Amino acid sequence: MLRRLVGIGVIILCVAGGFLYLGGWFSPNALTPSRFVDAFERTGGIHSGFRRNHAKGVGVSGYFESNGEGERLSKAVVFKAGRVPVIGRFSFGGGDPNVVDGPNMVRGLGLLFWLADGEEWRTAMINLPVFPFQTPQAFYDNLVASELDRKTGKPDPEKMAVFAASHPATVRALGIIQSHAPSSGFDNTAFHSLNAFRFVDAAGKSIAVRWTLAPVQPFAPASAAATAQTEKNYLFDELIASIAQHPLQWHLIVTIGLPGDATNDATVAWPDGREQVDVGTLTLDHIESEETSLARDINFDPLVLPSGMAPSDDPLLSARSAIYSQSFTRRAGEAKTPSAIPPAEVRK
Amino acid sequence: MASQQTQFTVLMRILHWLMAAMVLTMLGIGVAMVASLGEYHRLVSMHRPLGIGILILVVIRFVNRQFSTLPPFPASMSPQERLVAHASELLLYTLLFVQPLVGWGMLSAARYPIVLCGPLHLPPILPHSVMLYAFLRRTHTALAYLLFLAFLAHFGAILFHTLVVRDGLFSRMAPWRVRAR
Repeated sequence: MLRRLVGIGVIILCVAGGFLYLGGWFSPNALTPSRFVDAFERTGGIHSGFRRNHAKGVGVSGYFESNGEGERLSKAVVFKAGRVPVIGRFSFGGGDPNVVDGPNMVRGLGLLFWLADGEEWRTAMINLPVFPFQTPQAFYDNLVASELDRKTGKPDPEKMAVFAASHPATVRALGIIQSHAPSSGFDNTAFHSLNAFRFVDAAGKSIAVRWTLAPVQPFAPASAAATAQTEKNYLFDELIASIAQHPLQWHLIVTIGLPGDATNDATVAWPDGREQVDVGTLTLDHIESEETSLARDINFDPLVLPSGMAPSDDPLLSARSAIYSQSFTRRAGEAKTPSAIPPAEVRK
Repeated sequence: MASQQTQFTVLMRILHWLMAAMVLTMLGIGVAMVASLGEYHRLVSMHRPLGIGILILVVIRFVNRQFSTLPPFPASMSPQERLVAHASELLLYTLLFVQPLVGWGMLSAARYPIVLCGPLHLPPILPHSVMLYAFLRRTHTALAYLLFLAFLAHFGAILFHTLVVRDGLFSRMAPWRVRAR
């Protein structure tokens, strides 16, 4: 009798242990969404109600006008000729929602396309032509290496050097990034898909793609004078002024990868000469403070994809989805604090 | 002359074991996906349709139960034990019904599309409110742990009856046919 009771206890403990094992309770050093967002919080601080990365931003809206050219690449309804409403959010990388605008900071554009059949396409793009990190672990290690030293208030240069020495892919990617001069404003910035994805056509054929939003507004380099700007929101203010004058437009350019082009490595660019298809035009004609914009309460999860689009084998994609979700969950329950760009600053 | 029914009906047993497999899979996926980076997307893509599947099945099962005759408890069980057994069944039914609804509701409140498979998706059942989402998200975790504990109690009780009391309680729900003794 006692033996049987003990046996039952052992079985129950094994089942419970298996459950905890799946939940990562026995691997305290494994990289999880929670630990990743903790690292963002250590470097950027916790700002109630704000995103843990890309914290400073404004909401925008407009529409995407598909020209039908994308239909042969993907069966996603967004590519059928016609117009779909879009909301979005321009942002700067980093966890500080009150950071002073600077031309060399990473610029982000999150977009949500409301498709006619109730599906959605969300994408979170940045202005970097390639991403500096190959894997979630590399991104995390860089975050840890760039934590501010308590004494100097700056990242420890030795840790940064150690990171660079052990991550040649990052060094190569930074070389590509630095060869692209930033543009003068958000309105003439090109935004990139960051990762490769897969498009699936009506016949079920799948191709590797990356996409870029190419601005219709002509490129102008960020002026040297701009670096000495004292207006802390000057890039956002210029975006607000620009959109008030006329709607801003970008062409959505899909680049088609060939077999052999890396889809699992966001640090490398695909070779020149790949087929590019202009699938339509994004028009943004309305801008508002995050305090009133729907965009604040949207998670621009890059894996909210309509049927006809799918993730590639890039390990960053699933991790981005998991980490965005964790950041969203944390900020969702917090009191919302005023944006650096309040409604009064956005003259409608 | 019909002998006394000793087992749940075939349909009830199929539903029980099908749901047992689904719920255990679901608990495993749920606890694994929140700790995973690389497998997060794959797991969450299974989690949503599986949860809705459980919601549909638990409704079918509950309605079917109202129209079925249940086999009696073994004579060895005291009235108190029967009360506990009934209460635990009620708790499990409630959790299996409420948990998918909380999941659906929390995705609605976060304004996520509730994608099941391909273009197939469900409408939101709650308005967009991130505060409501945050509350439901915590509730979803709490209910998941409660469901897992309820499962452990259920599993432990059946092991106890089968291995220690040996009163044939398990044969009522056994996947195979058991003849009246």
